[in-house]
This record gives sequence, structure tokens and C-alpha cells, in this order.
Amino acid sequence: MSEILSMKQIIKEYQMGDETSTVLKGINLNVNAGEFLAILGPSGSGKSTLMNIIGCLDTPTSGEYILSGREIANQDEKALAHIRRKEIGFIFQSFYLLSRQTALKNVELPLVYSGSDKKIRREMAEDLLKKVGLEEKTNHLPRQLSGGQQQRVAIARALINNPTILLADEPTGALDQKTGHQVMELFHQLNSEGRTIIMITHDVNLAKQAKRVVQILDGNLMEEVV
Amino acid sequence: MLKENLIMAWDNIRNSKMRSFLTSLGIVIGVAAVIALITIVQSATGEMMSQFESLGTDKITVTATGNPLKSGLNSSDLKTLEALDNVAGVAPSVSITGSAGRQGILLDEVSIMGKNEKFFEADTTEMMQGRKLAASDMDGNTYVCVIDQDIAKSMFINENPLEQRIMVNGQSYAVVGVRDTESTSDLMAGMNSSSSADGTIIIPYKNALALSGASNYSTVDVYFENTDLSDQTIADVEGVLDAAFNYKDNSYSIMNLGSLLDMMNTMSTLLSALLAGIASIALVVGGIGIMNMMLVSVTERTKEIGLRKALGADPLQIQVLFIIEALALSLAGGIIGIVLGLGISVVATMLIGTAFAISWGAIGLGAGFSIAVGLIFGWTPAKKASSLKPIDALRTD
Repeated sequence: MSEILSMKQIIKEYQMGDETSTVLKGINLNVNAGEFLAILGPSGSGKSTLMNIIGCLDTPTSGEYILSGREIANQDEKALAHIRRKEIGFIFQSFYLLSRQTALKNVELPLVYSGSDKKIRREMAEDLLKKVGLEEKTNHLPRQLSGGQQQRVAIARALINNPTILLADEPTGALDQKTGHQVMELFHQLNSEGRTIIMITHDVNLAKQAKRVVQILDGNLMEEVV
Repeated sequence: MLKENLIMAWDNIRNSKMRSFLTSLGIVIGVAAVIALITIVQSATGEMMSQFESLGTDKITVTATGNPLKSGLNSSDLKTLEALDNVAGVAPSVSITGSAGRQGILLDEVSIMGKNEKFFEADTTEMMQGRKLAASDMDGNTYVCVIDQDIAKSMFINENPLEQRIMVNGQSYAVVGVRDTESTSDLMAGMNSSSSADGTIIIPYKNALALSGASNYSTVDVYFENTDLSDQTIADVEGVLDAAFNYKDNSYSIMNLGSLLDMMNTMSTLLSALLAGIASIALVVGGIGIMNMMLVSVTERTKEIGLRKALGADPLQIQVLFIIEALALSLAGGIIGIVLGLGISVVATMLIGTAFAISWGAIGLGAGFSIAVGLIFGWTPAKKASSLKPIDALRTD
């Protein structure tokens, strides 16, 4: 399997007044295409920082991060935006849908930024909403949808640019057990279709559903045998 | 991309109607004030200007106050003036108040004007009846007159005044024409007829000079052939007058309507600019209002900005979104302001009683100003939004 993500000695430091706090202390991580990886860690372990770096929302203080053959560390804001657009599909704990836009418009949004034609955008968004089982809800506003449905809209949105990695941050954290389970089912389905998924969570049981689990503790990453 | 941004901007404006309206209000007031003030000033001065223009820009009026050695201009001075290049004609004017009588009717407060044929050639007043005075009437021994409709009405009740004789200051004159002084837009003619309670009688200038008891002319109109050369001609006229009064100071003055008009034009432009400048203070205040609202909006929508960035929006795309929103607010305000300003102008010109003239310059200025305000005051908030770090933006709760 081909390697799509490679991290070597990633260090992230934050300046807090006079003190420098090191949140990531030399992370090494390799992810191959088609993997379903869970990054498990309690709050304060540095897992959010790691997710931000993987998602190109932030850059490491030092170390080497290669995503799809491209070095990320020295890219500027504009280049990072283009990489996110192409490589990463984000799924957040609290969905982050635009509340005044319909489900369809929310799913279309990433394509607006990549400059796709309106008709193509619409077709792709409709297809993906169908894929996540919401073909009946295309013109609903987020507040007219249940939490599980909103998260499925968010997943459709994450998929629309056909990203290299689906990056999910506590995707079931705001859902009840049953709908959480449905979302995980959807992840399994997507993974079986070959989609690479990286899921960040503090929940051991949720992490166990992934094919591979790594644990982050106090800024250090270790492979966990499930 | 632009269209998407426009739609998104519109959604945001529509979703906070009251706030958007209040934000735009400053621009509305500013633009309306600029448009109204410029339009009203231009309409009013335009009207005044056209009245002055009807007096004729192709002539100057020489008022010869004279000096102890020479009381005014004599006939040979007039001939010298008439011989100058570019002078089409010279029309001396004698004005006295006297009496007119006929068959027991006596008007004792009549304005008696002495004019020559050049005056009548340039005069735009219509004749109701008869003819104007001609060159052949100017020999000093021809007793003919042109009366106005007021005299005609009071002296010739149900009679044709033509070829009838009236007594003017004791001398019998034949009426050869009746002028319709109400037909003219000529301000001077209007003033002349109203200055005298009973009306105006025009007689040949030499006759009038004899009646007045003076020996020289104190008021002379000099008509130009080509107004483009008037500066040179005025200099020539001054040369002649200086010689005529033996280079004594303060013997004469020249009223030049052309230069007066130029001056009024300049003043009107200055006044417009000044008023527009004052009104544009409101625009600046309005712009600050927009900036404030946009800054609040950026803070409120921090999470949205973070999300858009996470989904692949680059800084420029975020900046454009916010600038378009600021522009939409200011332009909407500008359009409402233009309509409001024109409305105010229509009402104001009606109240003042001048003709309403639409000023495209003012409308362009209003539209341009509101776009500029949107760009200038939208820039900082948009820049702030675009430079937010996506992680910081997403983390905000």
C-alpha cells in the first residue's frame, strides 16, 4: 500500500508568556492509503494539535511532514488553503454547518472555493447526500435536521472534494449512542470503499472500531496493539 | 465565485435587516445630502444664470460718471467707439422721469427712455403693434415714440394707438409701435417697466438728451460682433474712454456681463464643492459605521470564517467575501441616498420656485463616494477576517 502521510520528529511548541510549552514532543507517524486510523488520547494529550497539523490548519515548529508527496512545513496560508481543499475532508464534533444555508448548499461550499461550475456542484452534492441517505433533505436547513443527520451532511461535505484523507475530530461526540453508531457505520462503509480515514477520539471503545489505533499521551505517540 | 460571494453577502444582509439598515443609514444621509445640495445649488444658479444670459453677453455697459472737466461721453466719443474693431454698434441710453398726456389723460410718472436703432436691433422684446425705432428716426428732429402696453392701456382705451399723438414732457410725439414688455425674459426690461408706476415711453436718444438737459451721455451699451474677442475689445474701449476723459481716474466704469457670468459660474462651482464637502463628512461618518458593523460581524462570525478556511477558502477569498458585504451595504445606502436626494431636490426646487435640473455629476459623485466608502472602510475588517488563523477561529466558543 502506498504511503500518503509521513511525519518525522514533529515538534510543536507554544509560547506562553516566558514559558515555552511543548505540546508535541517528536511525533513519528506513517499512514497508508486505505487505512482507518484512530488517534486515541485524553484531553490535553496534544491530540487536537496533532489533528490541526495533519489537517494543515497549523504548521509544526520543527520536523518533517509530507502529505501526498508534498512538504507541508514551509507553505504559506494560501498554499495551505489549497492543500486543505484538495487533500483533507474535515468532520467536526459539532458539525459546523452554516445555519442559514440548506443541506445542499452546505455540501457544495468546498466546491465554491475550488471554483467548480454551479451545475456540477449541484449534481455532486446531490449524489453525496444520497450516499449518506439524505436525498429527501437536500433543501432543509441544519436546524430542521437531527444531530445525526447534520453530521451526515457534514460527512457529505467532507467528501465532496474527493479528499485524500477524511479527518474526523470526535465525530460522534455530540451524538447519542444510536446515531453515533450509524455515523460509524457510514465510516466503515467509506473505508471499505477505499477511503483513508483518520479519527481523533478520547473514547477507547470508539477507537477500537478502527483498523489501527495509535495512542497519544503527553505529546508522545505510541502504537497500540488492539 | 463572485456570484456566490454576492449571494452570501446578500444572505447576511437580509438576515440582519435592522442592523444593515441602520448601518447604511449614514451613507443614505450622506449621499442624499450631497445630491440634494448640489442639485439645488445648480438648479438655482442655473436659473439665475439663464436670466443674466438673456441680458446679453455680447455687450458691455459703460457708465460714464465723468469728471469736473467733462460730464460724460459726447457724439464724437460714440463715433470713435463705434469705429473700433469687433464693435457691432454703440447704443447710448438716456433715462428720465417725465409726464405723458393725451385728451385729458395725464400720466405724471412715466419713464422716458432715449434709445437708438442699435438698441432695438439687439432688443428681444416683441412688438405688439407697429415698428421699432429706426436709424432714420435718429436725426434729433423726428418726434416718434414706442410705448409699452401699460401706457397703451391707460391712454388708448379701445383705440388703436398707432399714428396717434401723445404729449411727452410738453412735446407732441407720434406713436409708431407698442412693445410687449411682458413677453420678454429680459430682466432689465422688466426692471425698467416696473420702476415706473405708469409705464415706459422710448423716444430717439437725441431727443431724450435734450429733454434731460444734459449735454453728454452717461450710459452707453457697446455691442460686440464676436464675444470670443471681448477681452481685446474691452481693452480697446478702455483706451478710448481713457483718452476721452483725459486719463482722469474714476471717470467711468464698465459692466461686463460675460465676466460677471464667469464669476458667478466659478462661485456656483465653489459653493457646490463646499456644500458637497460638508455633506461628505456624513459619508465619512457613515463609512465608520460600516467599518464598525463589519468588525462586529467578523468577531461574530469567527467560527464561520474558520470553517470556510478549513474547507479550503484561501485568505483572498475570505477578504473578498467581507469586502463585497461592505460594498453591498454602502452601495445599497448610496442608491437609496440618490433616490432620496433627488426627491428632496424636486421638492426644494419646487418650494424655491426654480426649475429642477437633474445633475448627473452629483449622482455619479454619490455613487462613486459610496463605492469608495465601502472599499476603504470594508478593507480593514476584511483584512482582519482573512488573516484569522483557522485553528484560532474554530476554537472560539
